[in-house]
Formats: sequence, structure tokens, C-alpha cells
Amino acid sequence: MRTPSGIRTNGNGRLSLLGRQSPSWWRRRKAQEVIFKALMIFSLLLVVGCLALIVATIVWKGLPALKLSMIFQTPRGGYYLGKEGGILNAILGSLYLAGGATLLALLLSLPIVLYLNIYAGRNSRTAEFIRFSFDVLWGVPSIVYGAFGFLLMAFIGLRTSLLAGMITVAMLELPIMSRAMDEVVRLVSRDLTDAAYSLGATRFETAVKVVVRQTLPGILTAVLIAFGRGIGDAASVLFTAGFTDRVPTSLLQPAATLPLAIFFQLGTPFPEVRERAYASAAVLTILILAISLISRAAVRRYSRHTIR
Amino acid sequence: MKDFKTHISIRGLNVRHGSLHILKDITLDIPDRRITVIFGPSGCGKTTLLKSLNRLLDPSEGLVVEGQILVDGEEIYSPDVEVTHIRRKMGLLSQKPQVLPMSIFDNVAFAPRIHGLRDRKKLARTVEHYLRQAGLWEEVKDRLTTSASQLSVGQQQRLCLARGLAAEPEIILGDEPTSALDPQSSKHVEQRLIDLKSDYTVVVVTHILRQAKRIADYVVFLYLGEVVEHGPAERVFERPCDPRTRAYLTGEIS
Repeated sequence: MRTPSGIRTNGNGRLSLLGRQSPSWWRRRKAQEVIFKALMIFSLLLVVGCLALIVATIVWKGLPALKLSMIFQTPRGGYYLGKEGGILNAILGSLYLAGGATLLALLLSLPIVLYLNIYAGRNSRTAEFIRFSFDVLWGVPSIVYGAFGFLLMAFIGLRTSLLAGMITVAMLELPIMSRAMDEVVRLVSRDLTDAAYSLGATRFETAVKVVVRQTLPGILTAVLIAFGRGIGDAASVLFTAGFTDRVPTSLLQPAATLPLAIFFQLGTPFPEVRERAYASAAVLTILILAISLISRAAVRRYSRHTIR
Repeated sequence: MKDFKTHISIRGLNVRHGSLHILKDITLDIPDRRITVIFGPSGCGKTTLLKSLNRLLDPSEGLVVEGQILVDGEEIYSPDVEVTHIRRKMGLLSQKPQVLPMSIFDNVAFAPRIHGLRDRKKLARTVEHYLRQAGLWEEVKDRLTTSASQLSVGQQQRLCLARGLAAEPEIILGDEPTSALDPQSSKHVEQRLIDLKSDYTVVVVTHILRQAKRIADYVVFLYLGEVVEHGPAERVFERPCDPRTRAYLTGEIS
């Protein structure tokens, strides 16, 4: 007998295609389960292990050189030969630079993301094209942003400075921040925006008073991911922000940054100075870690009204 | 029908999405200060019809709307009509209560604020007034600053009602407003709608026949995107003219 769909049956109308599983079949499925679980645990340990190894290396090699003078002093005479001084110039330089760049990137990202999701229509062609552009920009290496920033500086007559560095790093951060924000703003339900519209709210009011509030934790996370990326980047600031031993007092002065400080210190032939590179790396890592922790607390605070 | 004054009149409304014909040539008069219930099986276009009333159908998603909808004689799809003005005239209760991501107070004060009320004292009084009207005041008066998302679903729906009323609409639209609620809360919301009909035109969409019988003054039976039958509730429920309405009322089709 056959069913209307052409499958042979055993006469009573019930199919029995699944009845013939041999013990080896069961063993194979069981093995599959075990192997994949082992692979997952292995990958997990690899990631956690890498993190632990990086932190351990930095601490082990950097701690001997990490003195208070390292953090609270700018380089003194003979610093690069292993004498007195610290990296305050690079710590403050990095914070100023990444802070300014993140602010610039935020001022552009937020309007872009709100436009994509509320004005352009979240799945419209315009939106998809802009998203694609950001994905491409995300993949552009940071030295290319550095080179582009350098050209831009020559064009507008800006010299190596904190401002030029900020603009370049902002370009680097923009796609990262925008895409991270877009992912959360996209998830805002249609019903929520409809609720605001049906109260007579304009799109702008809906965007600023409802959508931003609902996604505030996500927006904050996006800002901090971008900040972390910006503060850690060396190639984009090499030609644009330059390097100096002084703490910058104006936007038009050059500024030192931690990644470049690490780069220069590692490049010296003196072991004491190379040790300082690891101390600088430790400072940079701790800085990023502290910012992540603060942001987590902030996210928790601001998600008070978020609807799940 | 003669004793009803028309508030919303729909003339030859067609809604299409690509080759899909969602609403077919709908012509309907919705009476003023009555509860009109649009009922019919799932997927027959009830929600689309409701959303077309306050222009929530998004043309960017490929929806094409043709025909006329007149509210107080004003053509709402005419290009020189301000869409926020239309929407403010109609409060919407959605299927799943959708509170705004802010405190209870700010939820109710949202519409008054965007429409220009700044005075703190007046705002406080307005919020209290509408929370009372929605039957929620006693339950929340001591925690107005807590997040609205912490309320129970039934309370959230009444908060949505208060929030909608605070925009001072003339019409209340309900899109299966009790489908996510427990029986007790449903009854609560139904009772509110009945209380409100002396001042507002209420249009409720539902697929619950018993609910339609409990609250409706005027009913519209929608089936596969067409208005099959409409008329005063009593007449339609007692003596349906169309065989399809009869079949639906007796439970043969659903």
C-alpha cells in the first residue's frame, strides 16, 4: 500500500521508516555529542586561558617597573635610557584623545542610528546600504585611517595634534559604535514605537524620549566598546597625534598615547625600559578593565525603566 | 442605524501588501459615543482595519492604502493633514500592553507633556485624574515614580488606557485589548470601556464572541478582508442576515 504522497506503508497506514536504527548508529550519535561537547569546552578554555596568560605576562613582567612615579610623572631627562620619570603624558594623552574621539563618534552615531531605524525604515534599502558601508568601514585597518587622517590634516592645514588624533580615532570608532548601537535599536519592538506614535508623538519625540530610553544600556555599551577600541589603537595616532613628553594643554598640541608609549619603550635596547613597556601595558589594561566595570554598573543603573 | 450619529466613516477602503489584498472595499459608518466591536476570525484583517484608522500602517513596508476615511468629516489620508493631529484624536490599546520605558507617572504625563503642558501642579492633577478614570489610582498612588514595567500585565493595560486618555482623544481604539489579560483584569478593562462610552467613541477589535456580546452596541463582522455584515449589536446577534455570520455565531466557522 502507498500513501497519497507515495510512501510505502505496512498496510495499516502507519509509516515505519524510522524503525531500523542499528546499535552502531546510536554509538555514532553518542560519539558526535561527546566530541562536540569536548570541542566547545576546549575552545572555551583556550579563550579564558589566553586572557589569563596575557594578564599574567603583563603583571609578571611589568610589576617590577610599575612604581607610583610611573603613573604620576611625565618622562624626566634620560627616561628612555632607564632613568627617572613616568608615563603620565601617555595616560592623560590617551584618555583625552579617546574621550574626545568617542564624543565626536557619538555625536555622529546616535543620529545615524536613529535615522536608520526610525526615519529610513529599519529594513529599507537605504538602511541596508548604510549598514553595509559600516561593515566595510569596520574592516578597514587602522593604519589606513591614520594615513587618511594624515592626508586630511595636510588638506585643512592641521599639524600633528590632539585634535587631529581625535578626528582620526573618531573615524575609526564610528562604524564600531554605530553598528553596535544599531543592533540594539533594531530590536525595539514595533509595538513600542506605535504606542508613542498613537499618543501623537512625532518621530523625533519617539526617537529621543522612547527609543533612546529603552536602549540606553545598549547605547552605553556601544560607546564603551568604541572607547576601548579607540584608546587601544596605535596605528591611527602614529602620524596624527604624534608623540610628546608633555601633557597637552590645548587641542592643537601633539599628544602622547599609551599604545605608542609601549611601542617606543619596547623598541629600546635597554632592559629596564623594555620592562616599562610591560608596566605601560598593565596600566592600559587596567584602565580598560576599570572602564568596563564602571560601565557595567552604569548599565545596571540605567536599565531601571527598560522593558524586557 | 438612524438613531446613531456617525463619527468615523470609511469609504471604499482597500489595503494591499504586494499581491495580498488584506482589506477589500470596506465601507462603514462608525457611530459616535458607542462601542463598536469588529469581530471575526484571526487573520481576517481586523487589526489592519484598526491601524488604518490612525494611520499606523507604514507605507515604507510596502502597504498600499486606498479609499477614504473621514473623522468628523475630515479626510485623514489627505496630504495636508498632520499625522500627529489624527493620532492624538485616537487612543490605542494594543494586544499586549505596551508601557513606555519610564515611570508610571511619566507614562501618563507623556502625551500632556509633548502637547505642551509644563505646569507641574497641573500635570500631577492630570495624571491623577486619568489614573482614577482607568481605575488604577488606588493601586499605584504610592509608587508613581517606580518603573511602569514592574506593574502586572492587567495593571499595565489600565495604565495604557490612562496614558491614552491623557492625550485627550475622542476615539478609543482597542486591538484585542484583553487577549493578554487574566479574566479578572479583562472584566476590569471591559467595564472601563463601558464607562467611557458616554464620552468617547470606542472601537474594539476582538475574536472573542462572548466579549463582543457583552460590550457591543454596534458590530461589524469581518471575514477574509470583507465586511460581511454590520448593524446594531442586538439585531446582528439575534437575526444575522448573512449565512456566514450565522455560521460564525453558531461556531461552525472560526
